[in-house]
Amino acid sequence: MEYVSPEGLRLDGRRPMEMRQIRGEIGAVAKADGSAVFEMGNTKVIAAVYGPREVQNRSQQMNDQALVRCEYSMANFSTGDRMRKPKGDRRSTEISLVIRQTMEACIMTHLMPRSQIDIFVQVLQADGGTRSACINAATLALADAGIPMRDLVTSCSSGYLNSTALLDLNYVEDSAGGPDVTVGFLPKLDKVTLLQMDAKLPLDIFENVMQLAIEGCKAVANYIRELLLENTKQLEYRRGV
Amino acid sequence: MEQRLANTWRLTVNEKKFIETALQSDLRIDGRRPFDYRKVTIKFGKEDGSAEVQLGHTHVMAFVTAQLVQPYRDRPNEGTLAIYTEFSPMADPSFEPGRPGESAVELGRVIDRGLRESRAVDTESLCVLSGKLVWAIRVDLHILDNGGNLVDAANIAALAALLTFRRPDCSLGGEDGQEVIVHPPEVREPLPLIIHHLPIAVSFAFFGNESGMVIDPTHHEEAVMCGRMTATLNANGDVCAIQKAGGEGVLQSVIMHCLRIASVKAGDITENIKKAVDSYNIERALKKVKRHSTSKPMDVDGAGSNSKEKHNFVHQKGINTERLKPVDEERNANQNDNKEDETKLLETNRETKDEKNFIGAPSSWNVNS
Repeated sequence: MEYVSPEGLRLDGRRPMEMRQIRGEIGAVAKADGSAVFEMGNTKVIAAVYGPREVQNRSQQMNDQALVRCEYSMANFSTGDRMRKPKGDRRSTEISLVIRQTMEACIMTHLMPRSQIDIFVQVLQADGGTRSACINAATLALADAGIPMRDLVTSCSSGYLNSTALLDLNYVEDSAGGPDVTVGFLPKLDKVTLLQMDAKLPLDIFENVMQLAIEGCKAVANYIRELLLENTKQLEYRRGV
Repeated sequence: MEQRLANTWRLTVNEKKFIETALQSDLRIDGRRPFDYRKVTIKFGKEDGSAEVQLGHTHVMAFVTAQLVQPYRDRPNEGTLAIYTEFSPMADPSFEPGRPGESAVELGRVIDRGLRESRAVDTESLCVLSGKLVWAIRVDLHILDNGGNLVDAANIAALAALLTFRRPDCSLGGEDGQEVIVHPPEVREPLPLIIHHLPIAVSFAFFGNESGMVIDPTHHEEAVMCGRMTATLNANGDVCAIQKAGGEGVLQSVIMHCLRIASVKAGDITENIKKAVDSYNIERALKKVKRHSTSKPMDVDGAGSNSKEKHNFVHQKGINTERLKPVDEERNANQNDNKEDETKLLETNRETKDEKNFIGAPSSWNVNS
């Protein structure tokens, strides 16, 4: 199947280095301390953060840092066929672990000992790149909750089909069986926290594909930064500053 | 999560500080250099498809079994490969019996990605009847002792087990050619799996404070590390999978450096695995050869003529080929190909296995006893 036409257009009309349209919204869940909705093309994800609050399970309490918990689940209606088991299966367990460790690395947990921070991420529409959308949504939600972080964590995926490196794969391109590289990036520190890859790629091509994903992460970071600035201005305006 | 907590319980603050300070001067507590791998020992069990790997103190066993099942609807021509991990509580105090925890699931998925998505195991050859029956290969990994770096050891064990596994030969028969007859190993020689390349997992541990990184962390170093990355590469220089699940951020250049080191290590480990599997295959082939009670040390031609007497062969080729049979079988077994010749031989092997002469057999450790 042809994923990149001879004119250089992908299945949805994008160019190989073009990301899907991103849209973020802060404060979707009123009850949560921080929440956000993040859309990347047709993938839509909602994240809610509760914390820092008292640890519910005393045996897990850590005396020198905060406990971070994360739960990833996909809504039954998020994929084309109704999903039977939204959470508790192996893929969800792995992605919960991955998101938790990614966010934990950049939250300043030592400032909040003996407390707990819960991150809940729910996928509402799945069209490829759900992992990346979840991390971006979690970053926005944590910022909305006012939790101190070392840097924003942004994430983007990229792949390699028909000998072209493609940025931000959607579901059809993802299920093509080609390589899929997901990168979680700290823009200010210029460091890579999350890196996952499957399928086969020669080493030098992998470097290009990873570089492309990092560029995508930087673009997402710019957008998130603007969004947070706009949000802060709104908050100041409402307070009458 | 629980594993991390349990790990930190076992180490005192003093021990942790000691490990961290030593790493700042590129010294590791077990005396290795930062990019030295521990010694890998691979042993095989009595059954085909079982392997036991020791990587320093880490001890992992792998078993491969196959079953005929219905294929997935969207892939009617392909067999399936599934990896199941069992973190036995005897390996580590933090492993709970029952449902696999997070780290068990992660380990299973990393190995699964390395083997399945990179098409290391050929699933199309596992199809028997398109859309109705395919072989489902199941790899069970049992962690017996956690000495650090479970992913690498489990990966090597899974590969060794898959390389030595033999699935029963089956053919279509019945009135309309739709019935599948599975031949027992006495009737037809079981077939090896087709494995295109060997994806080897190499793990790195990152430490904060510019301490750099080390390869193949022990469980003490794992308790102290800030982040880990597992790169699965094959000997051809392809990257099959990468898993860096959060943790400490690292520069892109550091990642590429790690991948280059990993590809060198992958080459070494591939050599190691191939040598072990080759010697196992040779022993297996030697076991099949029927020997006279007064036989001398094995001489290829002499042994071949002995087996010709004891067996009833229906073989199209001449006598010369029969005499060369042991050598052919070695070569066939080594190449891991489904050659037509092998499957056409009819053998009655059971007696030979019981009265086999001891020629330095592999470890007689049997899982089932």
